[in-house]
Amino acid sequence: MVMFWVSLLAVSILLYVLLDGVDLGVGLLFGLANGEARRGAMLSAVAPIWDGNETWLVVTAVILWGAFPLVYATLLSAFYLPVIVMLLGLILRGVAFEFRYKTQRLRWIWDFSFAGGSLIATFIQGMTVGGLVEGLQFTNGEYSGGEVGWLTPFAVLCGIGLCLGYALLGACWLVRKCEAEVRDVARRQIPVLAVGVLAFLVLVFAYALAEHLPILHRWIDRPYLFAFPAVGAVAATVLAISILNHNDYWPFHMVGLIFVSAFGTLALSFWPYMIPFQITVDQAAAPQSSLMFMFWGGVVVFPLMLLYTVVSYRVFRGKVRASAGYGH
Amino acid sequence: MEMTALFLSRIQFAFTITFHIIFPSFTIGLAAWLTVLEAMYLATGRAAYRVIFEFWLRIFGIAFGLGVVSGIVMGFQLGTNWSVLSRMSGPIQGPLLMYETFTAFMLEATFFGVLIFGRSRVPPWFYLFSTAMVGLGTTFSAFWIMVNNSWMQVPTGYVLENGVFAPNDWTKILFNSVVWSRFPHMLFASYLTGAFCVAATGAWYLLRKEYHAEARIMLRMGLGLAAVLMPIQLLFGHLTGEYVNTYQPSKMAAIEGRWNDEKPASEVLFAWPDVANRRNLFEIKLPPPFGSLIDADSLTAGETGLNSIPPENWPPVLIPFLSFRIMVGCGLVMLGLAWFGTYMSYRHRLAYNRPMLWLTFFSFPLPFIAIITGWFTAEVGRQPWVVFGVLRTADAVTPFLTTREATISLVIFCAVYAFIFLFGTFYIYRLIRNGPARRLLETPHLAVPNRPMSLADEETIQEPSYGIAGE
Ligand code: HDD
Ligand code: HEM
Ligand code: HEM
Repeated sequence: MVMFWVSLLAVSILLYVLLDGVDLGVGLLFGLANGEARRGAMLSAVAPIWDGNETWLVVTAVILWGAFPLVYATLLSAFYLPVIVMLLGLILRGVAFEFRYKTQRLRWIWDFSFAGGSLIATFIQGMTVGGLVEGLQFTNGEYSGGEVGWLTPFAVLCGIGLCLGYALLGACWLVRKCEAEVRDVARRQIPVLAVGVLAFLVLVFAYALAEHLPILHRWIDRPYLFAFPAVGAVAATVLAISILNHNDYWPFHMVGLIFVSAFGTLALSFWPYMIPFQITVDQAAAPQSSLMFMFWGGVVVFPLMLLYTVVSYRVFRGKVRASAGYGH
Repeated sequence: MEMTALFLSRIQFAFTITFHIIFPSFTIGLAAWLTVLEAMYLATGRAAYRVIFEFWLRIFGIAFGLGVVSGIVMGFQLGTNWSVLSRMSGPIQGPLLMYETFTAFMLEATFFGVLIFGRSRVPPWFYLFSTAMVGLGTTFSAFWIMVNNSWMQVPTGYVLENGVFAPNDWTKILFNSVVWSRFPHMLFASYLTGAFCVAATGAWYLLRKEYHAEARIMLRMGLGLAAVLMPIQLLFGHLTGEYVNTYQPSKMAAIEGRWNDEKPASEVLFAWPDVANRRNLFEIKLPPPFGSLIDADSLTAGETGLNSIPPENWPPVLIPFLSFRIMVGCGLVMLGLAWFGTYMSYRHRLAYNRPMLWLTFFSFPLPFIAIITGWFTAEVGRQPWVVFGVLRTADAVTPFLTTREATISLVIFCAVYAFIFLFGTFYIYRLIRNGPARRLLETPHLAVPNRPMSLADEETIQEPSYGIAGE
């Protein structure tokens, strides 16, 4: 039963990263774009789906709370300020979808909050993962790192890395969903961002080596973990080829695969810890009676949620028309 | 009061949830209303229904967006500020919120996208289905969150083991009388909110002598629904009071401003509780047995007074006492308005009676006020417990949270919420002031009976410049 919930948790996190990563990435690129036509098209590429995508974050949070209450309580309270600031970032980008079409004179406020909110939320998500990898300070099972115990150069580096990664996802999505100038610009951005992500991964690895991060030992103990980076490397190669061939379809899938392999690498190198080297999956698990009660939600309703997601992507499939009346 | 991390966290929770609840109470009602409109439009083909639908959909969009973004904060805030609570009660509250997310939030979020952007992409039946799914989602959401909160009010079906509340009987948690009086009370409160907002908008247009056909539909349907629901709402309010009387004597004593045990009890109508001296100033009360009758449906029942409860278990008395009276007062005014208005509209006099139209117009804040004061009664009355009788609020807060962190977060929440609230309400106000799309109205009704969609060509309806006419 614990394994079942670990798997659903992993699926939800992954779906959140892939789906809302696209929305946040488009938000980041939106900050670089000018001209109403371009901005309108970029927004239309994610407007009908972002709400559902963001809900995967809520799904992650409640699975964590219900199945692993100790981790939910510890993580959120240890990362107090970053979590609050990330939520504010999500608020700002969320209201922008509605508000920007309600005004012309003040539209810049909402454009700014769309791009800025996406930037804040992305950066903090990356930073949090970085902070976790590096390890938080605990005494007697309770977080004791203080107000900014998570703030390290490595965490900041991870924040920047995730910005590049989400932007790359966003650019690939725009190539698929848009036409004309938006697509051309995004296509030019992809190689730059891809190189950036690659450089970031190399840096992370070098840093981990230099600092002897405890996570490295896992790699030496478990050589089969290298399967994931290998998949990532293949995906990166296919990505490079498809960019060179001006293909609109493959880049998105390859970047997705790179994210999956990065996620798999991380998850397996944490295992069996949820908060590295402090709290294990079994320590964190809720009583059996809770997990059993949740089980039906997991086997019956969880697939339904996947179905809704598929439905909404089907309804809004195809290229967006810049003039499609999205400014409701 | 000292500015501790605990105190600031309480203020922050109260502030953010009060902000949040404004929007769900509006959207739960509106979603149901939109479903009715879309169904009537499909059934009759009458353009007026479609016009009203498109009009309220835009308002719904803004309110729903604000509800979602402020709700996400709630989902995380229990972990950030109340880590002891969330660790201990996670095995019970976590699964409940998980079911809320799984059955409600994902449904709403997905079909909300279809509702706003998908009219031209899906067949009419699927569009109606999407509308209904959004409505169903909001109802599920209200159900699970009320189960959740009811467990905090009256914890059952658990054992305390290894320092956590481990559930041992989910049927007790889900199917107890507390949930089944509070859930309808909250749900009908939301429907009433929708009804009064719709009726007030109709009254406003009639006062301005505009949009006659649409305004009459809004006024008639809004007041009619309220006239039916109001008495039911008061009944469920009474049932809710009975659970408080049974399980939370300290809250009941505060609500009633009752200091001494009485048997049978009297009923304080108005007063100003003077907590320091344990007495009421300016008291107006009904003699016994009215208190027993109202609280316990009995002529002889004894009622507990605050003096027989240790003061460290007292809630703050003034807030539940006053906010309960404000809620009931709003309810009685709404009942009067709904019944009198419906009677007049039945006699075809409402549309010409300007004082009554003005009253209806100004009634829209009442349900919001009743909902917020109702929650203040329930939550402040529960203090000093966060899980009634077993976990104190003071013990539930994140132990290592510093005053500085709590201050920073509270300040930024206030700033950002004030900012988005001002713009959000202003945009809603402007949409309502500008009224339904005129161009649609000028099309003769049922011009093309077998192709009703042609009346409402997508480009006309979704014209972007439309929303900014006031600029
Ligand atoms: C999940 C359960 C839950 C739900 C549905 C609500 N609350 Fe609550 N409320 C809490 C769980 C809670 C809490 C976590 O338990 C708090 C925080 C501190 C406390 O004592 O209780 C609280 C405190 C709290 C306070 C401050 C009380 C005090 O500290 O003196 C107010 C004014 C409200 N709430 C108001 C509301 C409103 C307007 C709600 C409408 C949606 C609401 N609550 C729903
Ligand atoms: C502690 C209390 C609460 C928490 C933790 C909470 C949590 C949330 C979350 C996370 C969302 C966003 C979901 C999404 O992504 O779509 C949300 C939205 C919503 N909540 Fe709450 N909520 C609370 C109180 C309430 C109450 C009391 C009600 C009503 C009875 C309510 C009804 C809704 C509804 C209907 C939505 C959908 C958005 C909307 O209609 O505006 N919530 N809530
Ligand atoms: C005669 C009329 C009413 C009575 C006797 C009544 C009774 C009550 C009581 C005793 C509570 C506290 C429950 C608790 O502590 O958990 C309550 C809560 C509440 N009331 Fe009322 N009420 C009335 C009218 C209304 C009206 C008109 C509305 C809104 C339109 C409303 C909305 C609420 C809400 C939202 C809550 C908080 C949720 C809850 O605790 O269930 N009430 N009501």
